[in-house]
Amino acid sequence: MRSDGFVSQFADLFDEYDVLGAFWVNIQLTLWSALFAGILGTILALFRISPIPSLRWAGTAYVNIFRNTPLTIIMVLLSLGVWTQLGVQLSGDFTTNFFRFGVVGLSVYTASFVCESIRSGVNTVPIGQAEAARSIGLSFLPAARLIILPQAFRGSIAPLGSTLIALTKNSTVASVVGVSTETSGLLKTMLEFHSSLLVAIFLTFALGYVILVIPVGIATTALSRRLAVKR
Amino acid sequence: MRKRLLGAIALAAATALALAGCGSDDDGGSGGGGKKITIGIKFDQPGLGFKDGDKYSGFDVDAATYIAKKLGYSADQITWKEAPSAQRETLLSTHQVDMILATYSITDDRKKTVAFAGPYFVAGQDLLVKNDNTDITGPESLDGKKLCSVTGSTSAQKIKDTYANKVNLVEYPGYAECVTALNGGAVDAVTTDDIILAGLAAQPANKGKVKVVGKPFTTENYGVGLPQDNKTCQQITDAIKDMISDGSWQKFLDTNLEGTGYKPDASKNPPTPAACG
Repeated sequence: MRSDGFVSQFADLFDEYDVLGAFWVNIQLTLWSALFAGILGTILALFRISPIPSLRWAGTAYVNIFRNTPLTIIMVLLSLGVWTQLGVQLSGDFTTNFFRFGVVGLSVYTASFVCESIRSGVNTVPIGQAEAARSIGLSFLPAARLIILPQAFRGSIAPLGSTLIALTKNSTVASVVGVSTETSGLLKTMLEFHSSLLVAIFLTFALGYVILVIPVGIATTALSRRLAVKR
Repeated sequence: MRKRLLGAIALAAATALALAGCGSDDDGGSGGGGKKITIGIKFDQPGLGFKDGDKYSGFDVDAATYIAKKLGYSADQITWKEAPSAQRETLLSTHQVDMILATYSITDDRKKTVAFAGPYFVAGQDLLVKNDNTDITGPESLDGKKLCSVTGSTSAQKIKDTYANKVNLVEYPGYAECVTALNGGAVDAVTTDDIILAGLAAQPANKGKVKVVGKPFTTENYGVGLPQDNKTCQQITDAIKDMISDGSWQKFLDTNLEGTGYKPDASKNPPTPAACG
């Protein structure tokens, strides 16, 4: 009797709140941020392995600043500093504006981890590869693009996967910058109105993230095995 | 194998010790005349429950001190514990606190897991605007305005349910961020319960810059949260009645919200506490 009541109450929650929609917001945040962090991180990695000292310095400075700043602080800086005080708007629409700020915050933060993952991949490429590239007359950028990075990416799939998993879970921090439709905001709302179902609600979201993250882990492990450069 | 077994034993022993450690500071728990009482409050709501260094201030703190005194605990026998909104039910049902006064609205859903004494105050959702603002006079004048509230709060949900197509709502983790956004001009109004807004307006940094509109449009009955198996509900209800009749209730309001011009909704305040059980 009691369990029946519990089950129907729990089912009602899914009618009242758009749980899947909230997860979809987090997935969107993750995918956009992964795209931009991937691009920015690759450029930073190029900076860090480049032969130009000032670029190496800039890459190192970026990584040290953003990797060592808590994500929440970056988000607060974006919302209270950039949006509130400087009045920068990324969109006229409130929801889109905050979503874009969320993506910016997640991207600049994650880029530093992507950079370091790729750099660790670069370290798996034997120095002879770079020397061979130079000896056939390739300068830095062509050598990086044609010889070093393709091998480096294959060697950095596992750490990049870990970064993607961390990014997925970090996407909940976007609530700090005002993205209110994502999971951590919805979790708070549901607990506010249905505290009697606290444990069930909490486990629903925990399980949701497990379901999201486990395939990423399995896929990147399998890919890193299959794509690793056999030496 | 042997090593692993030893390791497991060591881990088990360490866990047992750690658990014993948790238990040992519990003996101050509920009941008992000369012992300690643990009260859950907010630490981040100026004017209501606010922690500044090792000092606690606010209407909830004063009311809790008064009630604790009626239960036989002096001020130095009170241990204050932070009770964030999402943790209040857990704190009570696991007896980590003996009671909670933390802008805790009495609702039917919460009554399934915790008990309430009171209400000791009736708040209502209101709007906080800049002092020179004249075009926001109440919920009906919000067309096209930008509002700020706290993520997951009742107030934010109310705006989404009732005014969603008229206003832009931004949700931040705390009211401090909302007031910063208001002062910076990024939003036009902050919305939540009127007494919380008055507490924010009473802060030295905000004094004279912001004002409470004074047109509450919901009813929130603040109660004293208790574990369901409590024996103190009747005593606390009597204490609340005394607090209102001997003038302490009014005094606590005046001292904590001084200088904001805020007056609680007189048609509902001071409230009559409901019967226990």
